[in-house]
Amino acid sequence: MSSVDIVDLHLSFGATKVLENLHLNVAEGEFLVLLGPSGCGKSTLLNCIAGLLDINDGQIFIGEHNVTWAEPKDRGIGMVFQSYALYPQMNVEKNLSFGLRVAGFSKAIIRQKVAEVAHILQIEDLLKRKPAALSGGQRQRVAIGRALVRDVGVFLFDEPLSNLDAKLRTDLRIELKRLHRKLGNTMIYVTHDQMEALTLADRIAVMKNGVIQQLDTPNGIYHRPKNRFVADFVGSPSMNLIQGTLFKQDEEWLFRMHSEATQDEQWVGISLTHYPFTAAPAVGQKVELGIRPEHVILTEKASNSVSSYLFLVDLVEPMGPDVVCWGSVAGEPFKVRVSADFVFKPDTTLMASFDLTRASIFDIETGGRI
Amino acid sequence: MRGVTPTTAIGPRGSKPKRILSTRNIVVYGVLTVAAVYWVIPLYVMIVTSLKGLPEIRMGNIFAPPLQITFEPWVKAWDSACTGLSCEGLKVGFWNSVKILIPSTFISIAIASVNGYALSFWKFKGSEVFFTLLLLGAFIPYQVIIYPLVILLRELGLFASLGGIVLIHTVFGMPILTLLFRNYFASVPMELFKAARVDGAGFWRIFLQILLPMSLPIFVVALILQITGIWNDFFFGVIYAGTLNFPMTVQLNNIVNTTQGVKEYNVNMAATLLTGLLPLVVYFISGKLFVRGIAAGAVKG
Repeated sequence: MSSVDIVDLHLSFGATKVLENLHLNVAEGEFLVLLGPSGCGKSTLLNCIAGLLDINDGQIFIGEHNVTWAEPKDRGIGMVFQSYALYPQMNVEKNLSFGLRVAGFSKAIIRQKVAEVAHILQIEDLLKRKPAALSGGQRQRVAIGRALVRDVGVFLFDEPLSNLDAKLRTDLRIELKRLHRKLGNTMIYVTHDQMEALTLADRIAVMKNGVIQQLDTPNGIYHRPKNRFVADFVGSPSMNLIQGTLFKQDEEWLFRMHSEATQDEQWVGISLTHYPFTAAPAVGQKVELGIRPEHVILTEKASNSVSSYLFLVDLVEPMGPDVVCWGSVAGEPFKVRVSADFVFKPDTTLMASFDLTRASIFDIETGGRI
Repeated sequence: MRGVTPTTAIGPRGSKPKRILSTRNIVVYGVLTVAAVYWVIPLYVMIVTSLKGLPEIRMGNIFAPPLQITFEPWVKAWDSACTGLSCEGLKVGFWNSVKILIPSTFISIAIASVNGYALSFWKFKGSEVFFTLLLLGAFIPYQVIIYPLVILLRELGLFASLGGIVLIHTVFGMPILTLLFRNYFASVPMELFKAARVDGAGFWRIFLQILLPMSLPIFVVALILQITGIWNDFFFGVIYAGTLNFPMTVQLNNIVNTTQGVKEYNVNMAATLLTGLLPLVVYFISGKLFVRGIAAGAVKG
């Protein structure tokens, strides 16, 4: 087991800067997920940690060692790839033992280690088969085994489940989590799938354009996104974002939607008394109010609560355990997730009220949370 | 569920019948047959003529099968046909060709495969420029560099020697072979290479233990290209090999183009067939692998 420290990492391909001034500490035994859209530099970062890409500046520490200039094999890492990358001409046993044979271990030790790993991953029956004769799930298991067998402190996963079908992905995800609990190794896991990130991670680093936007627990990422990008990227269906302006009236902060401003002179906006501000708000500040679809409460009639809007239902999407209804609030697209027993028809109007303790407010210009 | 009404019951059902004598079939098979006949007739004439005696040939029926089959022309072509002053047949040229072929093929493929591997997996600064320059070599007309090469070989002390002709074949095979291998290796997933590096394998181990075993088709293609190319070569052989090392093709030319005495058509045909035998055999044995390798390597990239 070892920690991973990345200090001031810079990487550019020619003139394009891919990673700049990147700092990241991964604690010993932690499961860290790098999450982001494609092209955000997450796989590149993983390749830098593995030593498969030369960096331009900065340092990488694994455990106590500065591995910035070390060869991949000397870094104490094992890696699992999206395409499995099994050696096609070798059977499973030879695939697992390749690294050990390169390192010059004795035959007895190799046999023992391969048997151990095969037992952990339950691939004992497959040892004599060639990769071509395995299913996708079995191949990825062997690929994980190849990383396991090398007895390293850090495992790197580069979108390992992306090539599998949905059901298998869920199964292997749970297996990976179990494996992490059993082995306790440090794991760094790259994915663009937010479900994988939220379920697997101890901490998630959400990346965009080579910059870590937020590094937090899955709970923190989901409920207290640090900026608009994280809020929008994580969550499915994504967070509702309503543009508006902040006001102050009788020491009470209020939010008023842009599109409703002309409709009703009496309407002052929704009260933000219960909203936990993290930065000082300013009067007249242009903001976006973010509310997750499941934090909207739908009622038939207007309640006394000031924080409710008219919600016009347009489309209903039953998801099994719950229902997502798509519609609009004051002309802006809006979606709400409610329990499956909630029965209603399309093209009706309901009252939507927000739980403001669980909302997020972002400054429109900086995109930062306030 | 829809019920079966009488109209659907008598309508078409199952797979659509195909006409054998369709226009398309007639055109396709017709063209193919004509092309095949066009190529096979000369071969037939050669074989038939090589099995006839000279008196029978003088009768002039070149398409007629031999009345009396004789293998004497074949024996003479191999063993005692005259090229200039020596009358030892084609066998001298055959062994010369073998001596040129084996080292040239082996060395050129060995170097080109490593070239292609390095160019697709171990990119270095300027590797693309290097590759472009190498490719440019494939487009330079040979005639332009004949004389400079003669001087170069002379200065190296390799002119008119076996080493010289092997060097020439190796160098001239390099652009196309490197392209072939580079494109084949470019289709191998990069992650495989990365996995091997994480497993601790270096330059040679990745090449020998991981890539070589999965590259059989492309090696067969390279082998066929080189064997047929070098065996059929006349030009380099006659210029750079020297009289002692003349390959089979040069000797064949000397036998066929003798201006003295009677034209022994049967011996000439037999000699030509003997010279062309090796490439023919190679194609027959490895045709399928050849197509597979070409499809895997040459198109992609």
